[in-house]
Amino acid sequence: MKRQVPILLAIAASLYPVIAFFFPARGINTFNQGLDEWMVIIASFALLLGIISMIQVNLAKVRRRAKGWIFSVLTLLAFAVMASFGIFGGQGETVLADGSTRLEPFTWVFQFMYSPLQSTMFSLLAFYVASASYRAFRVRNIEATLLLIGAVIIMIGRIPLGKLVFPFIPEVAEWIMKYPNAAAQRGVIIGAALGAAAMSIRVMVGIERPYLGKS
Amino acid sequence: MRVRGWLFLVLLAVAVGAAGGQEARMGLTVEDTPSDDGRSLTVRWDGEADSPLDVRIERRMRDAAEYEIAGNARVADGEFRDLGLESDAAYSYRLVIDPEGAARTSAPSPYVSPQENFFRLFRVNALVVILLMGVLVVGYIMAARRGADLYIRRIAGLDAIDEAVGRATEMGRKILYVPGIISINEPQTLASLGILGYVAKLTAKYGTQLEVPNADPLTMAAAREIVKQSYLEAGAPEQFHENMVHYITQDQFAYAGAVNGIMVRDKPAANFLLGWFAAESLLLSETGQSINAIQIAGTAQVTQLPFFVAACDYTMLGEELFAASAYLSKDPLILGSIKGQDMMKAAILVMVVVGVIMATAGVQGFVDWFTAL
Repeated sequence: MKRQVPILLAIAASLYPVIAFFFPARGINTFNQGLDEWMVIIASFALLLGIISMIQVNLAKVRRRAKGWIFSVLTLLAFAVMASFGIFGGQGETVLADGSTRLEPFTWVFQFMYSPLQSTMFSLLAFYVASASYRAFRVRNIEATLLLIGAVIIMIGRIPLGKLVFPFIPEVAEWIMKYPNAAAQRGVIIGAALGAAAMSIRVMVGIERPYLGKS
Repeated sequence: MRVRGWLFLVLLAVAVGAAGGQEARMGLTVEDTPSDDGRSLTVRWDGEADSPLDVRIERRMRDAAEYEIAGNARVADGEFRDLGLESDAAYSYRLVIDPEGAARTSAPSPYVSPQENFFRLFRVNALVVILLMGVLVVGYIMAARRGADLYIRRIAGLDAIDEAVGRATEMGRKILYVPGIISINEPQTLASLGILGYVAKLTAKYGTQLEVPNADPLTMAAAREIVKQSYLEAGAPEQFHENMVHYITQDQFAYAGAVNGIMVRDKPAANFLLGWFAAESLLLSETGQSINAIQIAGTAQVTQLPFFVAACDYTMLGEELFAASAYLSKDPLILGSIKGQDMMKAAILVMVVVGVIMATAGVQGFVDWFTAL
């Protein structure tokens, strides 16, 4: 019973949106929207579980003085400060008596610390792409050589200088992107979509139950 | 002279009236939107394809005093779908062409009520494909139950799991398992959790340390249960502790930063990057490469696959990730579903070839059937 009820609930919850996809009756769709809202509510409770996990793991690292424990102190500190700002300090901006505006602490930290840190992480990608490309384009075999030739054509074809040096290169680059590249991508997409559909059917009929801790 | 003057005025009035009448009608028609939940109407007008003008669509409920704005479109669109209506009410529409300029208003349409429909007819093609897929999958599952021998091709990335766990065990270092960055409602995350169960059984068997950092709390809860169950099944429940599977943050780059930190500090011998990934895929896999970890990746995100291929030792491409649970468990029921999926792929290949031939021969109907009807 302890296992059957969750399985039955999972089967019903996964089949219902499929029914709603084909049958537009309002009663069906209203309940379907309700299911989406339940998902958000459950995820909110799960977030609490996540926060507890995050605090436990970092506290344990600090207690054990594990390698890099100072980062755990910073994480816990940042969590406490941002939570306090969010709960007690307010968000957005305040209009002062002289008409100027002042950002609330939460928004200030978000705008001037968090966002730049995110951008920094994202911009690191450029360097990672360079190192990954260097490895991928090393001429070791026929496939790597073809990859290198294709990449050089695309790179030259996508920069303004490329057209000046070789006028035909942008057209070749466009052809590679439009036909061989698109064909390969579609092959992967069709395979992945079918795989996802078969996986969903397995979950729907209860053959595969990762949501119960059974792989 | 006076007669000719009157005649001119009459002709002018007729001409203006005719022009005005044509302009006033503008071909405005209002119909119930087919295959919907009875909350929308479709407004159509003579859409001149090259017209640069805007049109404002106004509606009035029966007995209402004034028109209200339903929406805006371009004259060239020729159609507007008004959503969120009351199904029992009747509505009349009018158009205001060039509302910010000359603002010509059409004559109002007759009153029309939206009707609720039972079935979305334009999705009948999707239903046929789903039923076909369902029949194939269930058919092969039943064949597997009867003991049919089902072959599944070798997947190098999955064969390498044992090697990766063995390497970590020999080196006495941990295994890092990243199950993607989104929630459990994503099939890729579910597929990844299936592989996690297998990896956890191996780490329990060999006494290797496992760490599973999560970006989603729901995934974390499911992953924790899977790892716990695997340690129980492997007969090593004492090795399991809850902090093996932990939550970091839902923010993509903060998560990537934290996982990179774990990689650089703890230097795991093997990294598993399996599930749904976005831009952080290369940040994670390149950091893993820099610490010389054996890396097994898998995703169905086409845009991230090249990064994994470039930076990882083994990469599962799209469908291989979904086939993993069948491949690893050798469960005939799951193998049956993979076989059904393969047959569906074969059917799609046949349809693609037939479609190409028919489109080349100028027969468009077959191709059109695969778009929304």
